[in-house]
Amino acid sequence: MSQAISPAASSGGPVAVSIRDMTVIYDEFAALDHVSLAVTQGESFGIVGESGSGKSTLLRAIAGLARFSQGELTVDGRSYSGSRRDQEFYRTVQMVFQDPYGSLHPRQTVDRLLLEPLVIHGFTDIETRINRALDEVGLGAGFRFRYSHQLSGGQRQRIAIARALILEPKILLLDEPTSALDASIQAEILNLLEQARRDRNLTFVMVSHDLGVISHMCERLAVMKNGKVVETVARDALESRSFSADYTRQLLVASEGFRRD
Amino acid sequence: MSVATDQPLLAVDDLRVTFPTRTGEVEAVRGVSFTLGRERLGIVGESGSGKSQTGRAIMGLTPSQARITAKTLAFRGRNLLEMPASERRHLRGKQVAMILQDPKYSLNPVMTIGRQIIETLKTHEKVSNAEAKARTLAMLEAVQIRDPERVFSLYPHEVSGGMGQRVMIAMMLICGPELLIADEPTSALDVTVQLEVLAILDKLVAERGMGLIFISHDLRLVSSFCNRVLVMYAGRVVEELATADLSQAQHPYTRGLLNCLPTIGSDRHPLPVLDRKPEWAL
Repeated sequence: MSQAISPAASSGGPVAVSIRDMTVIYDEFAALDHVSLAVTQGESFGIVGESGSGKSTLLRAIAGLARFSQGELTVDGRSYSGSRRDQEFYRTVQMVFQDPYGSLHPRQTVDRLLLEPLVIHGFTDIETRINRALDEVGLGAGFRFRYSHQLSGGQRQRIAIARALILEPKILLLDEPTSALDASIQAEILNLLEQARRDRNLTFVMVSHDLGVISHMCERLAVMKNGKVVETVARDALESRSFSADYTRQLLVASEGFRRD
Repeated sequence: MSVATDQPLLAVDDLRVTFPTRTGEVEAVRGVSFTLGRERLGIVGESGSGKSQTGRAIMGLTPSQARITAKTLAFRGRNLLEMPASERRHLRGKQVAMILQDPKYSLNPVMTIGRQIIETLKTHEKVSNAEAKARTLAMLEAVQIRDPERVFSLYPHEVSGGMGQRVMIAMMLICGPELLIADEPTSALDVTVQLEVLAILDKLVAERGMGLIFISHDLRLVSSFCNRVLVMYAGRVVEELATADLSQAQHPYTRGLLNCLPTIGSDRHPLPVLDRKPEWAL
């Protein structure tokens, strides 16, 4: 992992997500501007940048929540375009969103939330799967018939992760999964995600503004600014500070906290 | 205004904030005590620890259904709890000011930035329109807004988060408060912008010699910014530390908070998590 890795090239092995020249345009504004990257199977890939850099748009374009007008997207060997995704895609790719308060249906119980993806995808052993999913995220069956307003932020995010994992996807898209949580809860959720990745050999594409979180979770990362990828570096390069872009340095300095000069 | 100099800016003794709920009373703040001079005090804790309610009780912004009790809650020797509402209003904004977390929600969306700042100024001081405008522009410049004239006539939705937070700082400081309460002033901002805003706040607090209460969930940030830190857990102060002694923190909660952050270069898998003991909340 320590060798230099050229941008957009993966570190060997089969490619899980490949993006070439992807462009997303909102009313003449290019939110994503010819972005290319490749994520290997089993890899954890990070995307950092400040708000407006296009990092969330990139994830949403992969998931089909934003339409890309140009470029190619290949996920697990299948090509996709625009914003249409088939059922097979959602079996392979699931997403966890930033705000645990906004991403769970307020009038559905946890049971109902977890049931829906199972019904859509035609699973039959529903009982066991729901119980197993709850156990896996460390909540247990006691949470099954609660509403999301009866849960704390960390518990909600666990439900969101359970909902994503219940379909046994291969790829998980994580959009700032811990930025709405307390530092102590963040550590628990990051540990849970790492555990799930190890157990299921998942591929992660994780977006965060926090370089500390990304360098903890990901082997490689792309730095984004103004809809473009500024550079792609390995985690080790971040530690040894062997990166080239000035913007990466700015982010690194910012992540080290306030200093009076 | 003639107050003995040895009197603290703020004295808080056994502050309690209680909310009535359907299932009985909930004590959000349970006996917080501290005194503040012209210094920087950080209050750290997770959500629900009572840190924000402590700040709000001092400011007088606690919801009306809540009950506040304290042996002492005094600003420059004046009892805040027995002060009539009109006098409290007079104090608020003029001598005690508060910066809130998210400028998107705490600025008035249908009023230009200039008018909001002038409104604050004119509420507390008798000044002419021309002077109010001049002071507002000077204040916007002091928070390092490059083109104050332009920003003066913009609406809050037309500026970025970092700019909005500077506007809020400008609005809070224009009357020259003696005590500033900053409740998560940079949590809603981008990392790169956070530092700029903190540097501005740091400079202005130092120049004007204000007392500062900095409320945040980020222990490291607070420790780089303040002289002293109160660590709150479940409505109580579990530890009080000079920031220089942070590494010698005794309470397991404080140590847990320091440990649980992922940092670049440290390879700890899994991250240490807090093992919450019920006796911490006693």
